[in-house]
Amino acid sequence: MIPEIGHFALILALSLAVCQGVLPLIGAYRNDAAMMSVARPAALGQLVFVMISFGCLTWSFLQSDFSVLYVANHSQLALPTIYKISAVWGAHEGSLLLWVLLLAGWTVAVSRYSSDLPDSFAARVIGVLGLLSCGFLLFTLLTSNPFERLIPAPMDGADLNPLLQDPGLAIHPPILYAGYVGFSVAFAFAIAAMLAGNLDQAWARWTRPWTTWAWLFLTIGIALGSWWAYYELGWGGWWFWDPVENASFMPWLAGTALIHSLAVTEKRGLFKSWTLLLAITAFSLSLLGTFLVRSGILISVHAFATDPGRGLFILGFLGVTIGGALTLYAWRAPGLDSDAGFRGFSRETFLLLNNVLLVIATALILAGTLAPLIVEVFEAGKISVGPPWFEIAFAIPMLPLVLLIGVGMHTAWRSQAFKPLFDQLKFPALFAIVAGILIPIVAYGRFGLLLSVGVTAGIWIMVVSLIHPVRSWRRAPGTPGMTRGVLGMSVAHFGVGMFVIGVTIVSAFTEEIDISVRQGESVSVAGYDFELRSLRNVEGPNYQAVEGEIDIRKDGEFVGQLRPQKRTYLVQQSPMTEAGIEASWNRDLFVALGDPLGNDAWSLRVQYKPMIRFIWMGAFVMALGGMIAASDRRYRLTAKAKEKATRLSGEPA
Amino acid sequence: MMRYLAPLVVFAIMIPVFMVGLKRDPTMLPSPFLDKPAPEFELPKLKDLSQTVSNKDYAGQVALVNVWATWCVGCRQEHEFLIRLSQENPLPIYGLNWRDRREDGLAWLQQLGDPYVASGYDADGRAGIDWGVYGAPETFLISKDGRVLYKHLGPLNRVIWEREFVPKIAADHGATP
Repeated sequence: MIPEIGHFALILALSLAVCQGVLPLIGAYRNDAAMMSVARPAALGQLVFVMISFGCLTWSFLQSDFSVLYVANHSQLALPTIYKISAVWGAHEGSLLLWVLLLAGWTVAVSRYSSDLPDSFAARVIGVLGLLSCGFLLFTLLTSNPFERLIPAPMDGADLNPLLQDPGLAIHPPILYAGYVGFSVAFAFAIAAMLAGNLDQAWARWTRPWTTWAWLFLTIGIALGSWWAYYELGWGGWWFWDPVENASFMPWLAGTALIHSLAVTEKRGLFKSWTLLLAITAFSLSLLGTFLVRSGILISVHAFATDPGRGLFILGFLGVTIGGALTLYAWRAPGLDSDAGFRGFSRETFLLLNNVLLVIATALILAGTLAPLIVEVFEAGKISVGPPWFEIAFAIPMLPLVLLIGVGMHTAWRSQAFKPLFDQLKFPALFAIVAGILIPIVAYGRFGLLLSVGVTAGIWIMVVSLIHPVRSWRRAPGTPGMTRGVLGMSVAHFGVGMFVIGVTIVSAFTEEIDISVRQGESVSVAGYDFELRSLRNVEGPNYQAVEGEIDIRKDGEFVGQLRPQKRTYLVQQSPMTEAGIEASWNRDLFVALGDPLGNDAWSLRVQYKPMIRFIWMGAFVMALGGMIAASDRRYRLTAKAKEKATRLSGEPA
Repeated sequence: MMRYLAPLVVFAIMIPVFMVGLKRDPTMLPSPFLDKPAPEFELPKLKDLSQTVSNKDYAGQVALVNVWATWCVGCRQEHEFLIRLSQENPLPIYGLNWRDRREDGLAWLQQLGDPYVASGYDADGRAGIDWGVYGAPETFLISKDGRVLYKHLGPLNRVIWEREFVPKIAADHGATP
């Protein structure tokens, strides 16, 4: 009964999405206030019914209702409750439902915080989001119904993929999807502007906080995914250039470019058509990512159930959405660009360079991801593109970018004189170069050219990111401090610097060893002694495991104890490595238990990973910067000003 | 005007590529060699480049040919199962170390264990092309008379093994060579 309620609620949500998608758009075209006013209540109603549907599926999981096919395939009686909940989005059908839920959530957020938008504009934005929602709801209902029954019901389920039974992966998809879906708001703003044939600086100011929020969710989502891969795949790597990782990374790069180009459009009214194109691109790449993952045309560890029927539907949806948006762009964008110019040496130039480099990086990753497919389609044999290609292709545009960040953020709009900028930045630059050479030698005892360039770049960004905050802190009393926009930018760029340092150091100074040890023996890596004290059998709720107890000492001093596990999940009989990690701000000690080698010996993988936390901390700091910037008061000012005006005019007669 | 049309044109070109890509869905499409003689190969052994491994090594036996690489996460995932399988030893497992660096491959086998009778070292992926390898990991089941009985794409595990491989191995053992 409950699953049927969920199914019907989804159908009702679709009906409301149709109303939300069609009526407000017609209303905005005809300037019909009654039709436009359908937008907000329809969006709210849609959210309510999708929530009911989502709740019903969650309920089915909690009740272990194996008469629901999706539950039977992805759950099990002994599965811990938290994973019964996260199993809801652990595979294709449920993750689509999550997608729809988040889209409805974003739409309601937009309709709630859009009171200062012109009515026709808000109606168009909500209408476009409604049409997108129609597409995804149809996809769910027609090809991927999560409520399909399985009669007779099996006694027990097939269990959730053990790789996904992890707290990090329980929250990774919702946050990642919040980012993916969030770009649909920027997309809807772009479509609405083109439909209205009008794009001014106010448009960019409305779009910016939404884009930044989507971007920061995506940032956190990707960081969580990378962190999960690091400790759960048992390998110690943090990025694999897997097609699914690329699928999340490409919209991130395009979204980063969009954030910066929106800044130019807001402040100077430039780059208008380019900004529109980036808004379309960021969302298109999110959709493309979905297509690549769901259709199974590219193989990946992350791939969910693949099905060409689904692929065809998504392809059609992609064609209509992106094709329609780009057609509208070709038609309307030429009328939007303004003629205002800027000098060669100015903030605009640097943001343009930023955009060019980010787009090149996106294009190279897209090319690498699709290359095997394209080559095969043209029957030119088969190729594979591995991490070495991506690493080089990515580093080439990124290295100049990270060096330019530091200059760009201190360059004035319109035109910047060279001398004062040089005076301001020469000491930070000198400091960064000296530190970049000294830090590897002093802390790790080695010199390398690329290594020093990387450390220099990281320190350079971190130091110059401090200039604005420090100046604001030391300003004369009574003078205005920096805005949250500037603070957010400084914080986010500081995070980029942390990330660069983390990547550079960890790739240069990781030490790893794989060795066979018996109980009581120890192994030494990077000055730390790892002693395998004991091994014992452990029973988990749905797995059996062998657990090692490893004491870590440095110069005889006790550092910590790790308990890595080797698990066998009972239902799927799949072995999993649960690494033990001793984390600290400047290094991780990583121990994974390998296989029994006979004679009580076990293979053990021990790694010393310096500064690896900086990679994820850098990403979180970037997201924090985004949060600060998105809360800048100028985004709320118009609403407040309006409120004030109403209050001053007194009670309505 | 042209520059505003360009994005649409690029996208329009991509759509047919995806269409064809969909039709060629590798998980749906069986290996072109299915039930046909497996391609011949002769490669230097990963562990000792002066020796070679070839399809003659397993002639007359049911064998598994597993395509792997150290950069491939799926291979990492299936490796422990392969180790277990090699301990149970129902059939010889041959490896094809595909598009990899030799030192990485050697370190991997030393660290994680070596389930293979031998691994051919296919640095430039030429043998992989002959075998129609789409991506690692891929696993071919070879019959006693050298035909491809089955090809599995993606990581192997116990469930897939029991469901897809075991019946086919039993059937092949029943048939006269």
